[in-house]
Amino acid sequence: MTEKITINPITRLEGHGKIEIFLDDKGNVDDAYWQVVELRGFERFCLGRPVEELPRIMPNICGVCPTPHNMASVKALDDLFGVEPTPTAKLIRNLHYNAFMVEDHLLHFFILAGPDFVLGPSADPAERNILGVVNKVGLEIGGKVIEVRKRCREIIKYIASKPPHPEGGLPGGVPRGITEEDRKWMIDTADFSVEFTKFALELFKQIVLDNKTYLNLVLNDAYKLNSYYMGLVDENNRVNFYEGKLRVVDPKGAEYALFDYHDYTNHIGEWVEPWTYIRLTHLKRVGWNGLNDDKGTSIYRVGPLARLNVAESMYTPLAQKEYEAMFDILGGKPSHHTLAYHWARLIEALQAAEHMQRIVNDPLLTSKDIRNMNLKLGKVGIGCVEAARGTLIHHYEADDEGKTTKVNLIVATQHNAAPICLSVKKAAMEFVKGAKVKEGLLNMVEMAFRAYDPCLGCATHALPGSMPLEVNIRDKNGSLIRTVRRP
Amino acid sequence: MAKPKVAICWLGACGGCDEAVVDINEVILSVAGAVDLVLWPVALDYKYDSIRAMKDGEIALSVVNGNVRNSEQEEIAKLLREKSQIILAFGACACFGGTPGLANLTSKEDIFNWVYKDAPTVVNPKKNSPQISTRVNGKELTLPDFYDSVQALNDVISVDYYLPGCPPPPYLVMYALSAVLENKLPPKGSTLAPQRALCDSCKRNKSKPERLAVRQIKRIHEVEAAPDICFLAQGIICLGPATRDGCGESCLNINVPCRGCFGPVEGVADSGAKYISALASILDVQSDADITRITDQITDLAGYLYRFSLPSSILKKRRG
Repeated sequence: MTEKITINPITRLEGHGKIEIFLDDKGNVDDAYWQVVELRGFERFCLGRPVEELPRIMPNICGVCPTPHNMASVKALDDLFGVEPTPTAKLIRNLHYNAFMVEDHLLHFFILAGPDFVLGPSADPAERNILGVVNKVGLEIGGKVIEVRKRCREIIKYIASKPPHPEGGLPGGVPRGITEEDRKWMIDTADFSVEFTKFALELFKQIVLDNKTYLNLVLNDAYKLNSYYMGLVDENNRVNFYEGKLRVVDPKGAEYALFDYHDYTNHIGEWVEPWTYIRLTHLKRVGWNGLNDDKGTSIYRVGPLARLNVAESMYTPLAQKEYEAMFDILGGKPSHHTLAYHWARLIEALQAAEHMQRIVNDPLLTSKDIRNMNLKLGKVGIGCVEAARGTLIHHYEADDEGKTTKVNLIVATQHNAAPICLSVKKAAMEFVKGAKVKEGLLNMVEMAFRAYDPCLGCATHALPGSMPLEVNIRDKNGSLIRTVRRP
Repeated sequence: MAKPKVAICWLGACGGCDEAVVDINEVILSVAGAVDLVLWPVALDYKYDSIRAMKDGEIALSVVNGNVRNSEQEEIAKLLREKSQIILAFGACACFGGTPGLANLTSKEDIFNWVYKDAPTVVNPKKNSPQISTRVNGKELTLPDFYDSVQALNDVISVDYYLPGCPPPPYLVMYALSAVLENKLPPKGSTLAPQRALCDSCKRNKSKPERLAVRQIKRIHEVEAAPDICFLAQGIICLGPATRDGCGESCLNINVPCRGCFGPVEGVADSGAKYISALASILDVQSDADITRITDQITDLAGYLYRFSLPSSILKKRRG
């Protein structure tokens, strides 16, 4: 008899994503699918809009990671208008970008991932959320989490208007400069961000690495996936969120490809399945080989762990030390341990904070030279950044009037969709035995995809600290046998 | 006394409105202490069934963000309406449909054709497209179906209060929450934001000449806009005259013009029509030919007029 378990995280409520697990007649997991159940059509309704307005529309794809969409869009415009931003404009954009990376990565760690580790994977679901974390670590630390987010978002607001919907960015520059007066508080914010991120890494070490049970969980084969990895690197193969070339390493860590992102259509394919609204990206030249990580797989991953696997070093010194320590403990590069995404995320937050510190002390930051007006409208513009959750590509085409005629978007969670499906299946096979599943074990299945911070708003974002969870166990005819759900 | 029950919920949304609630920063901790949060999927545990089990009107306030594009979103909106004394439409999507409402200018078929067939990266030899029900290795996988168009919240349920913005700014979020907690709410149907137009509070207003006389429309990337002069006086489309005040001028502060996320001013149903009449009065025209010449310079008028409000506009396309 085939049984079906539905982990319906937010679907019944919002219709964004769900997990289906099928059991065989012995009660073991036969198959598992992670489905994205929403589609909003930005690629079509942006047609006909003036291209320069797109950086103001695209952030609505996701209000949790709106800055990467704004930035990829602005960079696509630079390309379309054949213009380089001025050095000061580039500094300001990078300040905006790194401030976002710090607050978004920390938000993810404390609100989303933190509860699983700080309180434990099997803790009472009613406690397993940010309020539970604050209770455990104390109000002082909780207050600092709020403070670092608030202060970084003040920088975003100054440069780009509303943090959940940035409206700044013009081809060749930025609409507003920074004054010497305001540089002062930005320096304070950058310093505070470095200190707090260092503290967050220490907390991670104390809570996870010093706890054998957790460390074993991180290293458990159930949370391992032998995939390729993709991410932007600079000319020295260091992690870069804003620009560079796309580098792909194979499951053994050897360079598989290093390419200009303008060439993305030759490298990235999007496979269509009838059971999900998201297209499954894969390495086009390897060719789609289905949902597996065996030899011959064409699946690659993006995001924090992928970027660290792809790069040869970090951009900043403190982050570099942490990078080396991480791969030491994980047993070398590349690391296929999915839960190490959390660790990599904090190391990236540290790089972003250190980079902020460098920018706010740069004499050029306050120059008034913020626009390059030498615009020559072309036909095609492609922008690529590393969003918090991975590689993001915006590709636009325009007519002679600068009206949008074509839009193609490849977002981070799309690259990770096939890996998430596989990670969920592996975790389910390890932890789910039979229809009677304990809640804590189901949470451990959820942890497999929570590590990716799957952005379902870019495919509709899912941020829950404690992912809502309902499990329907059905016989092969689809009749409900029993329902397991969180209190 | 029992704490008032409050639900915060997203429908067809981007998550930015939930971030906007968190943007009240440390105040969120005291709000969490003063109310009984019974639902907030983005931050707390799932309590959908406990909502179903509640008595009608048991929830004091439901803060609902996002628009309605599928049957599940409509279902949860109706459930919250049943259980709540007050429904607050939170943000531009819930109030007017929001930017994703621009999808009402295109069709579901057109979107599907691009996404699953024509996009340059698609590899689809089997010509697959998402299906409501699929059998994979003998197992059934299902997906929800989507409506042909985007709707605002008040297209599917009655709404008591509106808080516009993309997203609403922190000070208005705090104002709305304290108005409910202190029971100092205005009459039902009110928008919890200033009634006047953005122009009335704009710092650039002082720079506006006695009579605006626009001879040429310029696009934002074509000029280096002066940071303190009225955008319209510079020939740049700014939705300020027809948009409700209250955003805190955050876009104007970074030197980009208003795009209308606060929706129409008090007493006006359609901000687009209002803007057209405002624009007509400031064009420096001598003849019909002049009018045509200037309006032809506006690329994508509908996209400016209804950036955030197409589903609630006079142009709206309703589900068939």
